[in-house]
Amino acid sequence: MLVMASDRIDIRHVARLARLALSDAEIATFAPQLANLLSFVDELTELDTANVAATAQVVPSRNVERADALRPETLLSHDAALANAPQTQGGYFRVPRILAEDI
Amino acid sequence: MIDERTGEVSAETRARYEAVIGIECHVELKTVSKMFCGCPNAFGSPPNTNVCPVCLALPGALPVPNAKAIEQIVRAGLAFGSTIPEHAKFDRKNYFYPDMPKNYQISQYDMPLTVGGIVRYWLEDGTRGECRLTRIHLEEDTGKSTHASADGRLAGATSSLVDFNRAGVPLMECVGEPDLRSAEEAVAFLESLARTFRELGVSDVKMEEGSLRCDANVSVRLRGAAEYGTKAEIKNMNSFRSARRAIESEIARQIAVLEGGGRVIQETRGWDEAAGVTHSQRSKEEAHDYRYFPDPDLVPLDSPPAAADAVRATLIETPYERYIRYVDGFGIASKQATQLVDDAALSQWFDRVAAASGQPLAAMHFVLGDLSRLANETGIAISGGKVTPEALAELVELTQNNAINSSAAKKVLEVLWIEGGSAKAIVEREGLAQVSDRAAVAALVAEVLDANPKVVADYRAGKTNVLGFLTGAVMKASRGKANPALTQELLREKLEQK
Ligand SMILES: [Zn+2]
Repeated sequence: MLVMASDRIDIRHVARLARLALSDAEIATFAPQLANLLSFVDELTELDTANVAATAQVVPSRNVERADALRPETLLSHDAALANAPQTQGGYFRVPRILAEDI
Repeated sequence: MIDERTGEVSAETRARYEAVIGIECHVELKTVSKMFCGCPNAFGSPPNTNVCPVCLALPGALPVPNAKAIEQIVRAGLAFGSTIPEHAKFDRKNYFYPDMPKNYQISQYDMPLTVGGIVRYWLEDGTRGECRLTRIHLEEDTGKSTHASADGRLAGATSSLVDFNRAGVPLMECVGEPDLRSAEEAVAFLESLARTFRELGVSDVKMEEGSLRCDANVSVRLRGAAEYGTKAEIKNMNSFRSARRAIESEIARQIAVLEGGGRVIQETRGWDEAAGVTHSQRSKEEAHDYRYFPDPDLVPLDSPPAAADAVRATLIETPYERYIRYVDGFGIASKQATQLVDDAALSQWFDRVAAASGQPLAAMHFVLGDLSRLANETGIAISGGKVTPEALAELVELTQNNAINSSAAKKVLEVLWIEGGSAKAIVEREGLAQVSDRAAVAALVAEVLDANPKVVADYRAGKTNVLGFLTGAVMKASRGKANPALTQELLREKLEQK
């Protein structure tokens, strides 16, 4: 069971997707942990769900919406918005260069 | 064949191929507030001033969907005959980009708000076509980044500047099926979408503000081939004109590749407006592994059929339907019908004149002719000016009944434009009623012929084109009131009798 689960996960790929730089030692640690998680979730497949409707949410509510109105009290001041930015320039967040070819 | 010097394929070769095009376009919705928070959905504010913890993705902030945006998507879908599924949900599309603060975009993956539908369009020459829609779904826009180097130029930029005012603005994504066969059809499809969205009031579709952005999937195949060719995705087309040029350039590039014995590779290509070509944008393979999953912060959306029916009941004539009514019903040429349809306020105004006068063609000539000229000269919209549809309808009737001639009609229109009021009243006040009394016009004809013996001699010597000059002289003598047809008839009669 545990081996099967670890076969299903390419931890290097998942780490790349999450922008995590994992060392070989960390991969050796996390790979079996993630595999265990999948095995744990696999136990759910043993439940009989024949009479349960599929859902993406366990909360029973539906259509929680708001009217299209401004909430000026939630706006951040310009200073507060930029307060945690490592770098700013002229009211903008300044980040390392991004160009189309870097995507 | 490929021209060895220019690398271009000949028209004959080009004709052996058929393009297959599918369009995806993103349209910013016209709402007061953003998609998931109460920040203003506004263009042109100072950077990072329309932001809150939700759209900056500060920890613990929770999104709540904007009901108006959801309704607008349903409205847009219904206008194209889409199905509104009873269940929809929001998903997270995971990727990293500095203009996206959450590192995921809230979008819709497998349960969008609308499915299917057909976009009907027409080409400049009046040819009609249609393209199926795959879906229209709702998502949020990203922030906006600009590139900055020490000297302010893009080349050699060392950093990028990000403004999150646009982050979280409601964005409609329309995905079309690959039913389009030319750049012209693709543009007509986009124009039809834009007109409909404007008419529905779901978006202003201001290209210059980036509120409509489109991508095109383009492939080519030999005519008659059953299989699609390999497609390339063209990005960065920010006007209808650049979409047309980009798609045409990409079709030519792919044909040249195939004719040269090469293979088209599946890739993303960016349109370079200045160079007029598309460039390959190599992307890392995992860039398209978005790991979609249902957003746990947002509960599902249910839309019982009655809710969709209620929205459907409020739909009015679409621009395409109006175009068809003008062309097929009124006999208006495609070009003029397009002019009317493209100005919603004007076409509503025109419809009132057409209905009141019962003479749509004559009404169209006034509206797109002298009235549009007056509107342009004065900078006042026809629908916002002093001429009422009823007054113009009166004027149309007066002209059609020959109560006034066309030069008098022009005069009446000019007075109406300045003063408003009734066309009939102006005709009476200014004494513009057409003189169709034979004896009265004959007297004026005799007067003009007596005063122009040389011209009369010319006519009798065979220079019959002087008739125009003489007609003009009679019209002038009548202060523009003489019936022009009767004037010409009497002039000929007199000139022919020696
Ligand atoms: Zn916000």
